[in-house]
Amino acid sequence: MNLPILSLVIWTPIFAGLAVLFIGDRNPRAARIIALLGSIAGLLVALPLWCLFDIKTPEFQFVESAPWIAAFNVNYHVGIDGMSLLLILLNCITTVLVIIAGWEVIKERVSQYMAAFLILSGLMNGVFCALDALLFYVFFEATLIPMFIIIGVWGGPNRVYAAVKFFLYTLMGSLLSLVALIYLYNAAGGSFSLLHFYDLPLTLNVQIAIFSAFMLAFAVKVPMWPVHTWLPDAHVEAPTGGSVVLAAVMLKLGGYGFLRLSLPITPDASHELAGFVIALSLLAVVYIGLVALVQADMKKLIAYSSISHMGFVTLGIFIFSVQGIEGAILQMISHGFISAAMFLCVGVLYDRMHTRMIADYGGVVNRMPVFAALFMLFAMANAGLPGTSGFVGEWLVILATMKVSFWYAVLGATTLIFGAAYTLWMYKRVVFGEIANPHVAELNDLSRREFFILAVLALFVLVMGLYPAPFGAVLHESVNEILRLAAPGRKLLIGL
Amino acid sequence: MQKLYLLVPLAPLAGALLSGLLCRKISNRVAHSVTILLMIVSTVAAAFVFRDVLDGHTFNGALYTWLESESAHFEVGFLIDQLSATMMLVVTFVSLMVHVYTIGYMHEDPGYNRFFSYISLFTFSMLMLVMSNNFLQLFFGWEAVGLVSYLLIGFWYTRPTAIYANLKAFLVNRVGDFGFLLGIALVLMYFGTLDYARVFAQAPTLAANTIEIFPGHAWSLLTVTCILLFIGAMGKSAQFPLHVWLPDSMEGPTPISALIHAATMVTAGIFMVSRMSPLFELSQTALSFVLVIGAITTFFMALIAMTQFDIKRVVAYSTLSQLGYMTMALGASAYSAAMFHLVTHAFFKAVLFLGAGSVIIAMHHEQDMRKMGGLRKYLPVTYLTMLIGAWANAGLPPFAGFFSKDTIIEAVHAAYSAGVPGAGFALLCALGAVCAGGFYSFRLVFYAFHGKERFDTHASHGHEEHGHGGTPHESPLVVTIPLILLAIPSVCAGWLIGTVVFGDYFGSSIFIAPEHGGMAKLAEEFHGVLPMILHSFTTLPFALALAGAGSAFYLYIVKPDLPAVLRAKLGFIVRILDDKYGFDRFNDWFFAGGARGLGGGLWKIGDITIIDGFFVNGSARVIGWSSTVIRQFQSGYIYHYAFAMIIGILLLLSLLLSGSV
Repeated sequence: MNLPILSLVIWTPIFAGLAVLFIGDRNPRAARIIALLGSIAGLLVALPLWCLFDIKTPEFQFVESAPWIAAFNVNYHVGIDGMSLLLILLNCITTVLVIIAGWEVIKERVSQYMAAFLILSGLMNGVFCALDALLFYVFFEATLIPMFIIIGVWGGPNRVYAAVKFFLYTLMGSLLSLVALIYLYNAAGGSFSLLHFYDLPLTLNVQIAIFSAFMLAFAVKVPMWPVHTWLPDAHVEAPTGGSVVLAAVMLKLGGYGFLRLSLPITPDASHELAGFVIALSLLAVVYIGLVALVQADMKKLIAYSSISHMGFVTLGIFIFSVQGIEGAILQMISHGFISAAMFLCVGVLYDRMHTRMIADYGGVVNRMPVFAALFMLFAMANAGLPGTSGFVGEWLVILATMKVSFWYAVLGATTLIFGAAYTLWMYKRVVFGEIANPHVAELNDLSRREFFILAVLALFVLVMGLYPAPFGAVLHESVNEILRLAAPGRKLLIGL
Repeated sequence: MQKLYLLVPLAPLAGALLSGLLCRKISNRVAHSVTILLMIVSTVAAAFVFRDVLDGHTFNGALYTWLESESAHFEVGFLIDQLSATMMLVVTFVSLMVHVYTIGYMHEDPGYNRFFSYISLFTFSMLMLVMSNNFLQLFFGWEAVGLVSYLLIGFWYTRPTAIYANLKAFLVNRVGDFGFLLGIALVLMYFGTLDYARVFAQAPTLAANTIEIFPGHAWSLLTVTCILLFIGAMGKSAQFPLHVWLPDSMEGPTPISALIHAATMVTAGIFMVSRMSPLFELSQTALSFVLVIGAITTFFMALIAMTQFDIKRVVAYSTLSQLGYMTMALGASAYSAAMFHLVTHAFFKAVLFLGAGSVIIAMHHEQDMRKMGGLRKYLPVTYLTMLIGAWANAGLPPFAGFFSKDTIIEAVHAAYSAGVPGAGFALLCALGAVCAGGFYSFRLVFYAFHGKERFDTHASHGHEEHGHGGTPHESPLVVTIPLILLAIPSVCAGWLIGTVVFGDYFGSSIFIAPEHGGMAKLAEEFHGVLPMILHSFTTLPFALALAGAGSAFYLYIVKPDLPAVLRAKLGFIVRILDDKYGFDRFNDWFFAGGARGLGGGLWKIGDITIIDGFFVNGSARVIGWSSTVIRQFQSGYIYHYAFAMIIGILLLLSLLLSGSV
């Protein structure tokens, strides 16, 4: 393969975004169309990855490498494995849907809105591809800027607080990891290559220091309890599209970081501190599940539900088994579809009623039966119903957890009850019942645009739920490789 | 034949998709014709499969690989043997009857097409559940029937009681599924596979394994696994204390009460335990647990049924009690008796529910028996079929319920003689429930169909066309024909007991450990249907059932004023029964309220006050405060800086000087 597919995947959306910015707001319609074409192009250039990906090798594929900052031996080094592949595709699909979702809803600064999402999409693809630590860090931090703008400009009344909280929280989290990367750069004799980092001998104490730095960055991103409180605020204030991308893709940067950096670079520290991470994950599942139950704001409820579901990701990762990690990755993909759909469903209601409070709704099904049916599917998927994608990851993680400890599995499995309780209770209060007030009585069912977006997501949720085997097949070799690198003692032995 | 296996579940699925996705595009007639036609296809196919299995052709194979991870292969596949073939036949037949009945029951409902879609979807899910050859697909079907049950209980989604009931049903079932999933996880962990055949083959070798749930307490692996799996069954089959959802599920339309909440879905737990007999048989503790739970359910739910006034709730509590019998049978290792009772119960309980539905149509959606009475002359077919259903339900010979129930009691008795722990308690409960069963079954018939007419006929404008208030009249043929077709097996199905229970009907699909010889002994004592009936006249269960029926006759026909007097005299007991032992109040207060309170506390104290208030915004405030302080130093006045510089130099100098001395 001579075609630099990964570069196309990264830069197509970014250049499309710049083009949209260039058009500006004189012609919003043109901006929308260019943005849509750009996002579709971004998806199309990513599709060959799926077709050409070799599931039989643990090596990074589609690798490109070129010097970037030669003085410091920083390289534009990209390549993907199965995990990256799935996340890139998720990102590209989400971008198209978000552009369509903002089509009529966004009326001010259209070009900037569309451009922000396109650029964000390209940057996140960059994170998923980067094999050079500095490149990774730059992409990782750069994603904050478009999202900061999205929340701060198109957000709700309290958007500035939320945007600043989001920005500072995540930036503070990741600053230490830069220090860690620089330490590794020196230790590796002047290289930022992740592949070099993987084989770098490190004593346990150093590993623990580096792990902690990474942990802070990724835990904030996931987010894990107790550094999760930025997420509900960010979601509540963000425009629908912002929430969708934030939940569907951006949170995955954290899980991805754990698997790409923490486990292979600091395997012994990861094992050493696994109990701690597992405890935080289980706390997220139970504590956050209960907190989600009492939320009066739909977006806040779904935000908390996201945290709880992401708890399964970190739980699965730190079980250190193929099932656990595959479960974690599948959970990330599935959560991408489901949380996107849930936020879009709330967006559909918000666009009509301009309120997110559960108490302002009731009996929506009477006016919006098609919406109610789709929302039901996503609610059930959120509750982890078998046959939807929501079940796959949780199932694998619970199976893997059982092998470690019966009680961990018991705590994890409580999501079966909590997940159903908070999701369906909300659904009941919003959708079922008599028409609660005159505003509900005036609701119109889904437009064709809205129906299309939700139907696409419904398709993914069902396909992945009924036949997840192809998703799993992509992962096997990559996960084996991650586990090989994460084997305890590997790095300590090299050091001797 | 394998294509035929596929046809059985896929035909209803096609019907469900068609009438569901196009529910607003097609007419009612198209929707019901298509779904019913496809149900007929499915039923006929199931019948062929059944015959084929009787000829000795069983099947166990995978359809496709759902997911592979590590060494675990998760597959979707079928296991067709005597157990599943029996269930397939019962499910498709009852479902077909309910489909037909629905034409009459739902004909004015705006959600007509949607309803057909749901019941076809249910049939598909239930078939996938019973045909499964592995634990995963079982769980899929398990949750899918739960979903459809949720959708159907809340079918009339504007009713507050219905949408409360469906949420409750789903959540209580989820509590059961929670245990079930953990049980399955244990199976995969220790057996390395979820395929029934391979798990069961390994079971004896793992019988001695122990696990430590609590440090220092080694428990038998199979006991823990079986109890966890059984918790799933307790949810789905509404066993104490997870029974609370079933009575409320009566908020759904009556056809689904018959199909889902009596004949098929709620028996999934019974089916599951029978399927897992090779596991349960290896753990006496688990079996005793099952036995005691079943016993509690059967007796205490039968008591509640005695005082209910809502015709559907009487039948609902009776269903709980009957499910308790089946569970008891499982605990007594009488799987074939449990399955047999499952089948006969499916018929006579469907009759009772559909009959109740017919009464409800005739009474214009009045369900309170206090407002009925004397209906037998208006609803002769319904009356007759319901009498048969009640007779069978009471376990009196010669109808179907008698044979299955009597065998269960005998089996529990045999278990008691063999010294099975808990069997003595179970036997007492069973006998109590027989007496109560005789009472509530006939109370229903006498109360609703005999005695004074207590309904309001509104003779002044008694035109039928006006709907409300006319004299009740018999339901249309689409309602009565299913009733009759279901009443026939309610009469005769029991006569097959010799083959099904005491013969080798279930073959290798059910495993009974050699030390559990109760059923084998009963089989030796069985000399045919007629001797069994004659013998029963001399036994205690018969006398108790008759006593129950007789007191119902006395109270509701001979002295119809007496029940009210008794109710007043026994106020305390009646209040406890009407309160359903306080379970609903306790669950609302403790679990629902507790979870909300805990969630609210964690959110307000943990998230808002401590994390956000103290750490996040606190650190922001500290930075803000310290920067205000530090800002003071940068005043911008040269003489401030000069002054500071001079002080600094002086300090340094003095330090240096003092150091050099």
